[in-house]
Amino acid sequence: MTSAPITVTINGARKTLNVSSRITLADALRDVARLTGTHVGCEHGVCGACTVIIDGLAVRSCLMLAVQAAGSEITTVEGLANKGEFSALQASFRKHHAVQCGFCTPGILTTMHALLREEPDADEERIRDVLSGNICRCTGYVQIVEAVMEARASYSRGSAA
Amino acid sequence: MTRSNAYIGSPLDRIEDLRLLAGAGTFVGDLKPDNLLYAVILRSPISHGRIRKIGTAAARSLQGVAAVITAAEIGEVPIIPVRQHGKPEGEPYRQPVIAGEKVRYVGEPVAVVIASEQCIAEDAAELIELEIDELPAVATHEIAARDQTLLFENTVTNLATTFYARMGDADMAFATAEYKRKEKFSVHRHTASPMETRGLLAEWNPELQRMVVSGATKVPFFNRNVVAEMLRLQPSQVDLIEVDVGGGFGARGEFYPEDFLIPFAARYVGGNVRWVEDRREHLMAMNHAREMYADLEIACRKDGTLVGVRGRIDIDLGAYVRTNGFTTPRNVVQFVSGPYLIPNIAIDAFSYLTSKTPTGTYRGPGRYEASFFCERLLDMAANDLGIDPAEFRLKNLIPEDQLPRPLATMAGLDRTWQTELDNGAYGVVMERCLKEFGWEEKKKLQGQLIDGRYHGIAVGNFVEGGAGGRFENARMTIEKGGTVTVAVGSTALGQGLQTILSQIAADALSMPIERIRLLHGSTTLVTQGFGSFHSRSTVMGGSAILLAAEALVALLRDKGASHFGCEPDQVSVSDGYVYYGTKSMEFSAFAGSEVERQFENRKLTYSYGSHTAHVAVDPGTGHVELLDYMTVDDVGRIINPATLHGQILGAIVQGLGSTFLEHLQYDENGQLLTGSLADYLLPTATDFPNIRGISLGLRPCPNNPLGAKGAGEGGLIAVGGVIGNAIAAALRSMSVEPRDLPLSPPQIWRLIQQAKASNHNPKMNEQS
Ligand code: FES
Ligand code: FES
Repeated sequence: MTSAPITVTINGARKTLNVSSRITLADALRDVARLTGTHVGCEHGVCGACTVIIDGLAVRSCLMLAVQAAGSEITTVEGLANKGEFSALQASFRKHHAVQCGFCTPGILTTMHALLREEPDADEERIRDVLSGNICRCTGYVQIVEAVMEARASYSRGSAA
Repeated sequence: MTRSNAYIGSPLDRIEDLRLLAGAGTFVGDLKPDNLLYAVILRSPISHGRIRKIGTAAARSLQGVAAVITAAEIGEVPIIPVRQHGKPEGEPYRQPVIAGEKVRYVGEPVAVVIASEQCIAEDAAELIELEIDELPAVATHEIAARDQTLLFENTVTNLATTFYARMGDADMAFATAEYKRKEKFSVHRHTASPMETRGLLAEWNPELQRMVVSGATKVPFFNRNVVAEMLRLQPSQVDLIEVDVGGGFGARGEFYPEDFLIPFAARYVGGNVRWVEDRREHLMAMNHAREMYADLEIACRKDGTLVGVRGRIDIDLGAYVRTNGFTTPRNVVQFVSGPYLIPNIAIDAFSYLTSKTPTGTYRGPGRYEASFFCERLLDMAANDLGIDPAEFRLKNLIPEDQLPRPLATMAGLDRTWQTELDNGAYGVVMERCLKEFGWEEKKKLQGQLIDGRYHGIAVGNFVEGGAGGRFENARMTIEKGGTVTVAVGSTALGQGLQTILSQIAADALSMPIERIRLLHGSTTLVTQGFGSFHSRSTVMGGSAILLAAEALVALLRDKGASHFGCEPDQVSVSDGYVYYGTKSMEFSAFAGSEVERQFENRKLTYSYGSHTAHVAVDPGTGHVELLDYMTVDDVGRIINPATLHGQILGAIVQGLGSTFLEHLQYDENGQLLTGSLADYLLPTATDFPNIRGISLGLRPCPNNPLGAKGAGEGGLIAVGGVIGNAIAAALRSMSVEPRDLPLSPPQIWRLIQQAKASNHNPKMNEQS
């Protein structure tokens, strides 16, 4: 298998990863960069567990080849906290018990982070609409929506959240 | 206890979330030891057939392939034992860990490829030449019942077992009944489908002759003993380790073929082998659930008093009797009466083998199905008799003073198969639910056509069995720094167990929760354990912790007494100190003190509650919008209201998924048609936004020191019946009666079309 080095910025740090041309970005993040917070629930673009933020957009990393990400800036769930402190969104998830098994959580955090950065005043309907691209089998979504709603304030203040 | 409960009952933030929200959880697929080899399983593409050839030469010669394992490499192929509700007649139908001569469902393991990279293993699996002579598929329970094609030629029938639930004298009751109605219903095949697929990492150490298997959950001790025996190792040579688990819901963690194949492969190649299932594999290999067909009759007096229920239920069991394959068939006949006082019961269940994925338990096993049948019958009867459905139920709920009350007897089976409802104020909870829901107000909408949609409301009740499995162990150890390590056999499946059990331990020792370190799930921690199934881990693990804490406190009093030179009853223990008068000593002075206790229990807990729903049905499309869904339940004693609330809401949405969306479909050749999440539809955030739940700690359970009852399934159990009834109520003017799940838009639309065709003169029907 042909392997090629790609350079990407992951969570603020520039990295060169040696990836074979046929592996997905999800696998590259998990197996090569060893950032296992990005989860894989279906490998066919439906569940959203593998969502990462690439150049500001929420992207399913199972549907993208690693080589396609060359040169881009990637944020994974591991990059959401600030010096070990939970972001407002993460803290709100904890407060609202928006996590059960936690398998879907990384993809939901990244999806919602990308949303609120663009639309800090998204209403419940909009949040549910965007959230509907991520499947959570445990929570029934109610507490997730509550957590996201409450976290909005910290985004609208223009903070890094 | 020297201070009042500080933690039990409070919505503490979860300890687990610190790692899970940071992306720092450790799921089995995250484990990557050095020299890791990857396993891929080749599965039968054929429903039923005889294996003619498994050609592995090409696969073996691919660079990077370490081994290809088939039945031939295994030799004597082990058969998976039944873990619970086993019966002798089911023995011949148990599953071998790999198909050698015959395949009996699409997805049955045929070969395991081990390679240095995942993609190489996948490539190699495609190079295996698998030739199967097809036999006629046994794609339905009706075909199975004919016994023309036998799945097991060494037997005489595809009927794996029967169950008979009996109470009173049903024949007599029906002979004299003032009102009777007979109906056919069905529940479709669907499954738990947790977001993390299954996975295992097996590490074999050839020098030490030891096996460590990560990814275990639910019943690690049972599974450890099984895999040890299959590999001809001592249990002490095998450890099963629980890491973070992405949801279980009854299906994950049973002993599956892979639970042998992956450890076997690790020993075969002398190293570390990891297998992580893909979603397609998952949908064809993990236990399916629920598919059954009921033919039931209800009898009551004219005033609506229930007198009897009788009939038969045919169950499509799939190709093998798996570890808990008979649990659902048993539950469904036992629980048809739910929380209702039905004095005469005669229900028979027939479990047929078909050439489809084997079935097992899924959250609320048998109870979701039974509730659908029962609640639908109740509404039909109430409607026929002109009684309000809520009144009808209030009249028939078991009154508090008649509890405990046995459920129907499982005829011909010993007392371990029997059970009784413990306690509860069923009527009080139902009235509360009606009030919260706004029943009286919403009743005005019943059957109304508003803006082109018909509105309907319904109510139903459930009981949820919990705390199965005879015992659980807990061990407490005082560490050097004065913290207390608590180890339990219970396993976590994403329900916040670490937090919940820490709350119980902290209160029992009257010490800050930060100084408790809770370990669970692995076979290395306690001498014996059961695990997490049947909504048991809080009750059983929590009760074991209470006993261990009592013993630890007694031990510290003894030790304190000899140190202070006083009597043990003059010594008190709290906040990490041992006190005698004004003198005190820190726990750290007693480092190394250790106790292990076992909580034993033969009685189940029954939490209970009510569900209400308000739907609007679009007659043009068959689409149903859920405008409100409200549940109230009583779990005896609430440990953490926030985690409990999450369990209830999650369960409701799973029930709604079961009722409206999820469907594992097969064609007549036994081919699975729904092999991806694009075909197998799970609920998303826009499907059911309007759900509410209230949990109460109204009547503590008398059967355990905690007073808690298993909870977590109840939010799901009544959903099918309640939604079916709400849709029937909405479409009453057309006499539409949903009898078959799922209630997808095409299904509702078809029912509406049929109703329109059959009552061309709707006027006549209104008079009935
Ligand atoms: S793993 Fe990428 S969408 Fe499911
Ligand atoms: S918390 Fe388990 S899938 Fe979302």
